[in-house]
Amino acid sequence: MPEEEEVATDSAAGRSFWTGAITFGLVNVPVSLFPANRGRTVSLKMVADDGHPLQRRYVCSKDEEPLDWDDIVRGYEVSKGKFVVVTDDELEAIEPRKSRDIDLQLFVDLEDIDPIYFVRAYYLAPSGGTTKAYRLLAEVMEQTGRAGIGRFVMRAKEYVVAIIAESGILRAQTLRFDDEVRKPDDVGLPKKSKVTAAAVSKFTRDITAHSGKVNFRDFFDEYSIELEKLAKKKAQRGVDVVKAPAEAAAGESDEPGEVIDILEVLKRSLGGAAVGKKPAKRAPARKKAAAKKK
Amino acid sequence: MAAARAMWKGTLKFGKSKVNVKLYSAVKEHTIHFRLLHKTDKQPVKQQMIDSDTGDPVEYKDAQKAFPVQRNRMVVLEKEELEKLEPKDSRDIEVTRFVDPTDIDHRWYERAYYLGPDGDTSAYFALAEALEKKNKEGVARWVMRKKDYVGALRVHEGYLALIVLRYAEEVIDASALTAPEGRPLQKKEIAMGEQLVSALAGKFDPAEYRDEYRDRVMDLINTKARGGKVKVTKFRPKKTSDDAVTNALAASLAGMRKKKSA
Repeated sequence: MPEEEEVATDSAAGRSFWTGAITFGLVNVPVSLFPANRGRTVSLKMVADDGHPLQRRYVCSKDEEPLDWDDIVRGYEVSKGKFVVVTDDELEAIEPRKSRDIDLQLFVDLEDIDPIYFVRAYYLAPSGGTTKAYRLLAEVMEQTGRAGIGRFVMRAKEYVVAIIAESGILRAQTLRFDDEVRKPDDVGLPKKSKVTAAAVSKFTRDITAHSGKVNFRDFFDEYSIELEKLAKKKAQRGVDVVKAPAEAAAGESDEPGEVIDILEVLKRSLGGAAVGKKPAKRAPARKKAAAKKK
Repeated sequence: MAAARAMWKGTLKFGKSKVNVKLYSAVKEHTIHFRLLHKTDKQPVKQQMIDSDTGDPVEYKDAQKAFPVQRNRMVVLEKEELEKLEPKDSRDIEVTRFVDPTDIDHRWYERAYYLGPDGDTSAYFALAEALEKKNKEGVARWVMRKKDYVGALRVHEGYLALIVLRYAEEVIDASALTAPEGRPLQKKEIAMGEQLVSALAGKFDPAEYRDEYRDRVMDLINTKARGGKVKVTKFRPKKTSDDAVTNALAASLAGMRKKKSA
């Protein structure tokens, strides 16, 4: 369902999709969230046999009637074929009373947070008022080596979130709830068996021999790179070149140009420009795409 | 509880070391799944592909894939061409390097899997113990279901775990960002902030957090299913000033002192 796509599309547009405040004690730090992660940059489009671009559209499953976004609502299947309609406003209204606040009631050692819980990372930019509270929180967390823990709701889903400071910039790391992470017992992993000191030291020797530094910026998705190379080669030779659909030309989700945008928007926001103040809408971002298809 | 089924089998390899493992998902999502419905008849919607020029529906099996090369042009890639680019199947999980756990920035971690022993249990636990002893994480590469992966091999509660890492293009480079600026913070303010953080310092226990919003969404759905009414209110953001920050700091600390002495 569209939840994942929403994130990707909004990120590509470089909008902040959550605006609220971090609080610690009585201190209020108004912030906007920007994704620190993004989908793969390469996205293949669908075309017909004759090279005509294909579009996706929603149709009613009963009578195949094509639908605009305004004709669509969100529903939960309570029993086979029976749905309860739930609106965005209703979902927003049951968000925790202070859901626009990430209240940091606990500060933990950064190392206490196990990566097995990680979902996604976001950058935080100050929004509204001054940058003082933002800078203070960043400074204090960096000096103490601690991360603030809070919880918040975004796009109809609640997260535990760790607020981390690095080089004066705050970021949020969403974490899975404990019941969404299996324990070794749930998986049925066997009880620890006896190991010999010799077996362990055989491994430690090999580990030491292969220890060093890694630059994670060197890990690219080779498949995407090869895909792009092949496409460019064919384009140069003029083989299988077809017209792109209107949306792609208008710069939809995964265009490389859009990717630069988000960094620009984030830079400007950190610099104090007023962007993304509007509270995020939870309506799927497909709205725009659907409207264009009319 | 019944044991989970392994998703995949492979062999961890580095130097002369080899350990056969089975892979299990460490994540079990409980997200409430909504369906998109047609507003008027409350029937589920489905997605359809249409030819953008003629408007005719096209079956998925008749569609081809194209790569956008410029704003207005795409290159069609044949099925065989795409297949040729797919990484070669292999059972190897090649551990290329061992790094300090702090070398892997949080932003790279994507999705976690457990590794379980496949056959030789003692070699599996010996490797887990060796990793813990050296306090290292392995950086591994493997091909699973026709996709390349980079991952971090680490120990979780005495067991091996493999956490898929994001590729470079999926993590926005923070080195291009500069921190927000403003009038220098006063020493007194920083000291107060540190006091506040120490007063709130503690251990992180994930088990203390429960998804309460999920419960409320289910309550809402059940209320509506019974034909009950729900209330809807709106939210407005607030602003801060420099003085407000200082006052709030002082007030927070004063509040805590009071609580302690009470």
